[in-house]
Amino acid sequence: MAEDRKYRWVGTRPIRHDGVDKVTGRANYGADFALPGMLWGKILRSPHAHARILRIDTSRAEAMEGVKAVATAADLPEQRPGGATDLSNNILARDKVLYHGHAVAAVAAITAEIAAQALDEIEIEYEALAPVLSLDAALADDAPILDTARRARGMDDTGPTNIAARVDFSRGEPDQAFASCDVVLERSYETQTVHQGYIEPHACVADTKADGLVEIWCSTQGTFTVRSLTADVLGLDKSRVKVTPSEIGGGFGGKTTVYLEPVAALLSRQSGRPVKMVMSRDEVFRATGPAAASRIELKVGATQQGQLVAATARLWMEAGAFPGSPVQAAAMTILAPYKLDHLFIEGFDVVVTKPKVAAYRAPGAPQAAFAMESLLDELAQQLKIDPIDLRLANAVAAGDQLPYGPRYKTIGMKETLEAARDHPHYSAPLGENQGRGIALGFWFNNGLNSSAEVYLTEDGTAVVVTGNPDIGGSRASMAILCAEELGIDVMKVRPIVADTETAGYTDVTGGSRVTFATGWAVVNACRVIIEDLRRRAAQIWECDLEQVAFDDGRCLPVEGSGLSHDPLSVAEIARKMGSTGGPINGQAQLSARGAGPGFATHLCDVEVDPETGHVDVIRYTAIQDAGRAIHPAYVEGQMQGGAVQGIGWALNEEYLFDDEGRMENASFLDYRMPVASDLPMIDTVIVEVPNPIHPYGVRGVGETPIVPPLAAVANAVKHASGVRMQSLPISPPRLLAALQEQAAE
Amino acid sequence: MQRSFERPQTLEQAIGLLEKHGDAARPLAGGTDLLVQMRAGLLRPAVLVDLKGIEELMSLELGADEVVIGAAHSTASLRENADLVALFPGLLEAAELIGSEQIQGRASLGGNLCNGSPAADTGPALAVVQAVCEIAGPNGRRTLPVAEFLTGPGATALGVGEILVSLRISRPPARAADAYLRFIPRTEMDIAVVGAGAWVRLEADGSCAEARLSLGAVGPTVLPVALDALVGGPIDDAALATAGEAASAAARPIDDKRGTIAYRRQVSGVLARRALRIAADRAAQRS
Ligand SMILES: Cc1cc2nc3c(=O)[nH]c(=O)nc-3n(C[C@H](O)[C@H](O)[C@H](O)COP(=O)(O)OP(=O)(O)OC[C@H]3O[C@@H](n4cnc5c(N)ncnc54)[C@H](O)[C@@H]3O)c2cc1C
Repeated sequence: MAEDRKYRWVGTRPIRHDGVDKVTGRANYGADFALPGMLWGKILRSPHAHARILRIDTSRAEAMEGVKAVATAADLPEQRPGGATDLSNNILARDKVLYHGHAVAAVAAITAEIAAQALDEIEIEYEALAPVLSLDAALADDAPILDTARRARGMDDTGPTNIAARVDFSRGEPDQAFASCDVVLERSYETQTVHQGYIEPHACVADTKADGLVEIWCSTQGTFTVRSLTADVLGLDKSRVKVTPSEIGGGFGGKTTVYLEPVAALLSRQSGRPVKMVMSRDEVFRATGPAAASRIELKVGATQQGQLVAATARLWMEAGAFPGSPVQAAAMTILAPYKLDHLFIEGFDVVVTKPKVAAYRAPGAPQAAFAMESLLDELAQQLKIDPIDLRLANAVAAGDQLPYGPRYKTIGMKETLEAARDHPHYSAPLGENQGRGIALGFWFNNGLNSSAEVYLTEDGTAVVVTGNPDIGGSRASMAILCAEELGIDVMKVRPIVADTETAGYTDVTGGSRVTFATGWAVVNACRVIIEDLRRRAAQIWECDLEQVAFDDGRCLPVEGSGLSHDPLSVAEIARKMGSTGGPINGQAQLSARGAGPGFATHLCDVEVDPETGHVDVIRYTAIQDAGRAIHPAYVEGQMQGGAVQGIGWALNEEYLFDDEGRMENASFLDYRMPVASDLPMIDTVIVEVPNPIHPYGVRGVGETPIVPPLAAVANAVKHASGVRMQSLPISPPRLLAALQEQAAE
Repeated sequence: MQRSFERPQTLEQAIGLLEKHGDAARPLAGGTDLLVQMRAGLLRPAVLVDLKGIEELMSLELGADEVVIGAAHSTASLRENADLVALFPGLLEAAELIGSEQIQGRASLGGNLCNGSPAADTGPALAVVQAVCEIAGPNGRRTLPVAEFLTGPGATALGVGEILVSLRISRPPARAADAYLRFIPRTEMDIAVVGAGAWVRLEADGSCAEARLSLGAVGPTVLPVALDALVGGPIDDAALATAGEAASAAARPIDDKRGTIAYRRQVSGVLARRALRIAADRAAQRS
């Protein structure tokens, strides 16, 4: 239960514990690690978007001087049904290549240059097949089928199809309810394939020892995930793989799977030497998880007064080469923020010949919110209702049911909308060609499994050990929670991110879960220590445990206990560790449930150049319920980062493919993520509606902020230019064409 | 392939090296195009001939009649010369658009031209100030106007063993000034979708005496746009609209990942108008 008390450290902004290493360039990232005798591994990638592999001849490469190992899918164990077949086929293609850039073979050599030359010596015979580059192409009656053996999950036998799965959710009788609505809007929305755009490319070193043990050093969001997936692909027991995380230069969900690690481990096994692999930016774009392109058909009915009555949504999302788009999450979120008695949602997971998608911050929700929040903006305009008022009038609250079943507990949706309405930004005047958009975002947030160990040192400082790579300042949050619990100085806590054999099992740094769940484990581990400290004080005072209280870093006699000892500080008891029972450590693990959903409302002002279609974001405010901001600066950082990524998604980011399915813009030059000079300062407002289940009221904050910006930008463009863009990105050529179409009408 | 790096101190040595190794050798100025192309595997020169040891290529002279810019002089240091910026604000605008602070510490006007990209930013800006390329080679020296130096995508008029030594530009006459604008979807880190260099000379009464316009990224090389219709009249909205139409008509863009034909045509006209307006305003300030 969230406690309402005054905090000493929670809500403060100490410098991050890993900060000095990072700003002085000493922190070690994925590509920084090296071992003696190490080889360099490189991957040969498919020149086709879709082809059958007829023959692979690696003999010339193997014969090259300096080449120590060559691997193909034939060197990986066959997966049993239900095993890691798709993953294995993604990291080294077996019978077919399914996207341009799909890994086909790998080489390890004494230099990176020789490895690269050896790739040229591998001969592969392909039978090229027609690429499938869009939802339309994948769903066409005569579409080339990526995997003829696959059948759609959740559908009656369809025969061979590119639909991998179907999901649906329903409530009430939407079709009948539409008939009673005063206004019904039916619209279609599209988004393109985008990349997470983390600055650090994937990198690892793998060392397979003579006894078969595999050690991996890599940049990842989840060491235990790398352990598990690598073991699965290689057919090993999980205890045979040890993973040590480097610092991580961004992931945003894209580093929650493996691409290189099993291949490097395999090459290491073959060569008997450690193998290092580092992707180029080109490889990152072509072969690692982008986020899904989508099409959403949305129909919403309302009364003249602006009460939502019914809605139906049909969603299609591209999974890339293998099943697994986030369409289910998109379907679950699209109508989640609004009270609706009648709804029907249907989603399709569709495979295409593009790289397999990976998680990207609130997977599926930005595309879904783009549709719903755009449509609501249009509805508000049509009904002449303020867009915030329209959302407030239909906002869910505690007790309301989500489209997929459960009921909301305490949430902060209305609070973020009210904060937006009352913010000076919302009423600031606008100039010529300028417009303002608002949009709301919802995300589940996740709990999952976490462990934490806290070791008290003899001088009363503490070491906190967890297994979550620190991707957004979580070390600082772990330290704050520990300092708050133990009542010690936050800079005297040393938060450590440990390897898979040092930290207890901990799920991935993802799902906005680390401060919520792993932080909770840290709190519980500290409480184990506090119990121990009280026990020791009782021993020293020769009294009962019940007579000892703990408050603000000190054991002291419970009021009314009749005892009159001076309080004993953590440091004082720690100093007496040896004579009071030995080391003082706390350990805790949990499967955290009740991650309170996150809500955010974003305000965006843009200026449109009517002659070029260029959109300039001139003011942006992100407002979000954080439950409780443990370290507000890193909460704000998440809000700003999410907003910026969403702005990029809205304005210029998209994968461009030629007719053969080759990606044409696999570089930061032509894959146009926003740069600093493109953006105004992103203002933030943290709203705190504590999550009742968490000891500090924490909700996840990392993903929600990427949900609203797509629609916030599109809505702003509409109000600046009169054009409603239902297809992203709103790049200058597309917007100019739309402006001209509007002028011609 | 054995790679070697040469750093000659004289033009003669450099020309000798280039002549000797032919296609296997490449001149290197800042390397901000060349090294990127090598890393992408597009080029694998066996011999790199660094030109930055040669004084003439690194010099900058603001003479009484003429400005001479060494071909390998970094754009960052050009920008720091306030007199040069005052003389040719448009050219320096173009130079300043090239890359970031770090890139500009290396990038040169010579490299920008010799790389031959149809989208290079300084091409149109140098064309409208009628810069002349000073070239040295096995057969001695020659000069060529920038517009003739650039011959097509990735191609220049340089023959085997030839080096671009410097760019010579006459000081602007009274009431004349240049301007350069480019369009990119972002504010930085992008290649021109359209670039427009403009140069205007005004009569004492403010009417147009001479106007020049060159477009980048909308043709195989820098495209001059004839603006005879403007001469003699005021540079007002109507005149600019005419110029814009002429620019759109002159543009010969292609469809690619950076822009469509229709879009580039249209934006050519928009930038032409805007750049001419800036140049005319600047010229008026110089009366
Ligand atoms: C991040 C980044 C951003 C960039 N942004 C822009 C931009 O906005 N606009 C733009 O136009 N360009 C841009 N560029 C490209 C590049 O920086 C410019 O073209 C720059 O002017 C090249 O100059 P350099 O001295 O580095 O040329 P180099 O790379 O050294 O040479 C380029 C070519 O010219 C040849 N060469 C160079 N000097 C001579 C000479 N004197 N005689 C004969 N041949 C010669 C070389 O052999 C090579 O083929 C960018 C590059 C990067 C990496």
